[in-house]
Amino acid sequence: MSDSMVNIFGLYKSYYRDSLEIPVLRNISLKIPEGEFLALMGPSGSGKTTLLNLLAGIDQPTSGTLSVAGEEISQLNENELAKWRSRHIGFIFQFYNLMPVLTAFENVELPLLLTKLTKKERKEHVETALSIVGLAERMKHYPRQLSGGQEQRVAIARAIVTDPSLILADEPTGDLDKHSAEEIMILLTRLNQEFKKTIVMVTHDPRAAEKAKIVRHLDKGELD
Amino acid sequence: MIPISYIIRNIKKHKITSILTILGVTLVVFVFAGVLMLSNGLRATLVATGYDDNAVIIRKASQTEVQSIIPYDQAQLIVASPEIAPAKDNRPLYTNEIYVLINLPSRTDSTEANLVVRGITPKSFELRPNVKLIAGRLPQEAGSEIITGESASERFVGCGLGERVRFGAREWTVVGIFDAAGTGFDSEIWGDITQMSDAFRRPVYSSITFRMADTSQFTGMKDRLENDRRLTIEVFREKEYYANQSRTITTFINITGTVISIVFSLGAIVGAMITMYSAVANRTKEIGILRALGFKRLSILLVFFLESIFISLTGGMLGVLIAYFLRFIRISTTNWDTFSEIAFNFEISSQIAILAILFAVIMGIAGGFLPAVRASRLKIVDSLRSA
Ligand SMILES: Nc1ncnc2c1ncn2[C@@H]1O[C@H](COP(=O)(O)OP(=O)(O)O)[C@@H](O)[C@H]1O
Ligand SMILES: [Mg+2]
Repeated sequence: MSDSMVNIFGLYKSYYRDSLEIPVLRNISLKIPEGEFLALMGPSGSGKTTLLNLLAGIDQPTSGTLSVAGEEISQLNENELAKWRSRHIGFIFQFYNLMPVLTAFENVELPLLLTKLTKKERKEHVETALSIVGLAERMKHYPRQLSGGQEQRVAIARAIVTDPSLILADEPTGDLDKHSAEEIMILLTRLNQEFKKTIVMVTHDPRAAEKAKIVRHLDKGELD
Repeated sequence: MIPISYIIRNIKKHKITSILTILGVTLVVFVFAGVLMLSNGLRATLVATGYDDNAVIIRKASQTEVQSIIPYDQAQLIVASPEIAPAKDNRPLYTNEIYVLINLPSRTDSTEANLVVRGITPKSFELRPNVKLIAGRLPQEAGSEIITGESASERFVGCGLGERVRFGAREWTVVGIFDAAGTGFDSEIWGDITQMSDAFRRPVYSSITFRMADTSQFTGMKDRLENDRRLTIEVFREKEYYANQSRTITTFINITGTVISIVFSLGAIVGAMITMYSAVANRTKEIGILRALGFKRLSILLVFFLESIFISLTGGMLGVLIAYFLRFIRISTTNWDTFSEIAFNFEISSQIAILAILFAVIMGIAGGFLPAVRASRLKIVDSLRSA
């Protein structure tokens, strides 16, 4: 149990619209050991993003238990969750979602502002993260001065700069050309193999899923 | 903490909206500071009219020289006071004057306005060292001659050097111009007291002004004179006397000005609110990202709150800066306490600057509050799903 990064049991998630229940996830049970690289596939609307959001503690399950990085996160209050998230979760989105007014360096530094690190320590961490993704030379560039693939690499640097235990990636190659997508997958594979990060990646792209160690399918809210 | 540069760069990014919002605040703060500078300038002018060690005596409850009458027998008792300092000629340094309001057409649009005619004595100048003859000569004791304050000479028909003007059933020749260093005397006409009391048929004085030998004796002297049964008078320090004269009009200016500023500020607050609501709407997704990274609601609240305050602060400082240049404008108005015309400048003070900027910050707080609360209340999943 303790060597599981994620331990989900009997998880249900419904949304309510005008007192109408919309079940999204049904009776999900899932164990993800530390060091796993899991690809989550499934048709649009099947609940993949919802599951990632639950793992990140930015959404609450309707019922069931949900332990992530050793914490029973459904028991945490909002501020505890925010703190927990900044320590344990690295999030990568389909549309990169960098702050347009901040440089690559400042974007990567953002999550570190929640830590007690000094300015100098933050600088070292940011530089390390940016050189891992191969963008040390682009530190002073703003997102609009970068290509999509480069933006996504900055986003990955932002996700790993705090050295989180779990990286959650929601269609990280969904908006990229073939070549950039490959670069991102190489990077994620490296994070998993070299840096021993546990990764859960949602993807539609079979070539991307291939790189994962295990592929799970979600359909109509149920895991295969 | 989310860095300040994030806030500032977002303001810069939406240039047009930010500039319009800033200008709205600038306008309101300009009006607000301008009003305060107006009443401050008026007050400063009147206060400067008085001297610290001079005392003024007028009839009890008359408030100003206009309504004041001091009979000659009472004047004799007063000027015998031992507290009066000696003049250069070793006689007591006092002047008894009469004070009459007249109407004259203005040079610019020939509408009539009130101004003060003061019947003076030779000691009137010694008592007021700021008042200096700058052209011509002093009026002779005999003959219909007057001198005019610089401001009066410029503003009123017939008041320039060498010109002639009719009042008090006589025609007077302006033989000199005096400069009163921007004080209330600048807007007056001075002539010899005997000529004036003849012309206006006034066998009484309006006021007595004298120099105190020792200002610490003021309270004692005031008590003694005011409690003297033979006298129906009131004693003031000259500074306080002139400060009181600005009270009605400065209160009026302050109240109207504040009301106008508050009404205007509602517009600026609504403007700031619209700007901030659209900032929140435009950055809904960013808010979601920040929250997903681990920033708390409070941080988000602060970002938008500070953004609004920063915008209004910029507007406020700009407004004060522009208002500062009002100092170079000279205006004149009727002082309702004395019904006479007075000319003065807008005058800034650090207190006014701080107050105006504080006013701007309050507008920022008022305009930014609701949008900031909305931003902080967004649910993370909803903001992440927004386009
Ligand atoms: N906040 C919400 N309110 C109501 N329904 C939602 C909400 N979020 C997601 N859903 C619904 O939940 C289902 C799963 O969505 P999602 O997890 O985004 O699917 P996927 O990522 O697999 O495409 C969809 O039918 C979607 O409409
Ligand atoms: Mg999705």
